[in-house]
Amino acid sequence: MRTSAAARAGQYAALLAYLVFLAFPFLWLVSTAFKPPAELAALHPTWIPRDPTLANFRQAFGEQPLLRAALNSLLAALAAAVVAVVVATPTAYVTARHRTALAKAAAGWVVVSQAFPFVLLIVPLFLVLKNLRLIDSLPGLVLVYVVWTLPFALWMLTGYVRAVPAELEEAAAVDGAGRLRILLSVTGPLLAPGIVATALFAFVTAWNEFFFALVLLKSPEKQTLPVILTHFIGAEGVADLGPLAAAAFLATLPSLVVFAIIQRRITGGMLAGAVKS
Amino acid sequence: MTPVTEARRPGPRAPRAPGPKRARGRAVDHGPWFLVLPALIPILVLSVGPLLHGILLAFTDAQSGRTEPTRWIGTLNFRDLLQDTLFWESFRIGLVWAVGVTVPQFLLALGLALLLDRDLRLRPLARALAIVPWAMPEVVVGIMWRIVYNPDAGLLNETLRDLGLGDGRDWLSGLATALPAVIVVGVWAGMPQTTVALLAGLQNTPRELHEAAAVDGAGAWRRFRTVTWPALRPVALAITALNLIWNFNSFALVYVLTNGGPGGRTRLPMLFAYEEAFRYGQFGYAAAMGCVMVAAISVALAVFLAGRLRAGDTA
Repeated sequence: MRTSAAARAGQYAALLAYLVFLAFPFLWLVSTAFKPPAELAALHPTWIPRDPTLANFRQAFGEQPLLRAALNSLLAALAAAVVAVVVATPTAYVTARHRTALAKAAAGWVVVSQAFPFVLLIVPLFLVLKNLRLIDSLPGLVLVYVVWTLPFALWMLTGYVRAVPAELEEAAAVDGAGRLRILLSVTGPLLAPGIVATALFAFVTAWNEFFFALVLLKSPEKQTLPVILTHFIGAEGVADLGPLAAAAFLATLPSLVVFAIIQRRITGGMLAGAVKS
Repeated sequence: MTPVTEARRPGPRAPRAPGPKRARGRAVDHGPWFLVLPALIPILVLSVGPLLHGILLAFTDAQSGRTEPTRWIGTLNFRDLLQDTLFWESFRIGLVWAVGVTVPQFLLALGLALLLDRDLRLRPLARALAIVPWAMPEVVVGIMWRIVYNPDAGLLNETLRDLGLGDGRDWLSGLATALPAVIVVGVWAGMPQTTVALLAGLQNTPRELHEAAAVDGAGAWRRFRTVTWPALRPVALAITALNLIWNFNSFALVYVLTNGGPGGRTRLPMLFAYEEAFRYGQFGYAAAMGCVMVAAISVALAVFLAGRLRAGDTA
């Protein structure tokens, strides 16, 4: 299709505007994280720090238990991702391959569960976990994260299973392979990249989560990174910008790295899910 | 030890309509039953159960840390809620926020998706960048924009000063500017999902039809209306419905940006209910608020789906 030069130029201008809008807040965060206090107080802040410094990072680690919080976040997110995928994969397989009533109900719940505000869920969840003595504990938080990431994990995995042709499995069955054997040596390898992508997505979701962690964890030494980050903002909303930016920047890095790895798969997964349903 | 019947294809003796994913014999469906359980049990115990429990709680006087047993109080919570002007103000703010975020979010994401669907040079970079807000923790998005909005060291006021547009202001504490300022952040944070979904939808539009229309001399707008939009419609409706729900239930962003201030101008219903439940310990009353929010969302969804079905009839 031919596009006139003027239209082309317009398209590039629009795209550039989008890039600026999407990128500038993050660049400003990075810039703030490396600025010494004097520059932060300057009347005319610059984009690139004149004297880049790591002082903000040192101060951030001194002010709040960032390492401890990062470790908590890492443990919770890893556990949630692994459990979510282990639990979701068989269900996704059944949903994709068979039209049983149960599979349909699971798929329906994925949609319905999106509509409920957390507040209706959190009070009873709080009471249930309290009875199980899982309030203020990471295992309790992991349980909640597993259930919370399940809908999207099911959605993505179902799409990936559908992308594996059922004919392959049937051909293996004709060749005399047993059901388990087919799953392990035919479907499994083809599904593996999708499972990894789903696990990574669940990891990021749990790593970023704030609300449940805020409500369910009370002791400071158990809190996750997002909750600790909000502690940098004082009671009157006054914050020491440098350390705040430094800590926020560090907390984002894992998510950005993981997202960079799975970017293509996420768009692909959404596509697969969207086409078939 | 697989039964023979299970391994054999229905094949030659079943010349039915084509479709490899047809349900198989009854013997197979016991396997699926078993496989669904690991996901089903946690969902039932920690999602369905608590939701039903939450609805029941709305009809009790449940409070945090109370020793006497909880009593049924019928619809008292709801009657109180009707009189609670603060809640309805919060509810109104929630609606303004949800619509104010969802509409620009959709329009901007549609523009970006259309651009990314073109063969432009910066496309890989733009695709990668477009996803950044999605990857970031909501708390960090809030912190980041607090720094952008900062009255002294913030990027926004500095840019305004450079452009000679005055000294700027304290955006997040101004009574008039706080809600618009947080809405901008909401739009920014939610654009990636919408863009990705719309892009997926765009890739399903029939290219040949598009080219044929261009050959026939149809302008860009006409091509969009007659070729692109009909194909994109289902995805656009679905993602908009989800965005409305997600935005109405939003919490972390505004909690970090303003914590509901100044003077409650940005106190979304979720923030209100959170405070009611975990600051004042009024579990029953907070659950009633949750029920009202679910009802509002259900009505909005019903209207939305009805519109979608009607459109399906005419198509």
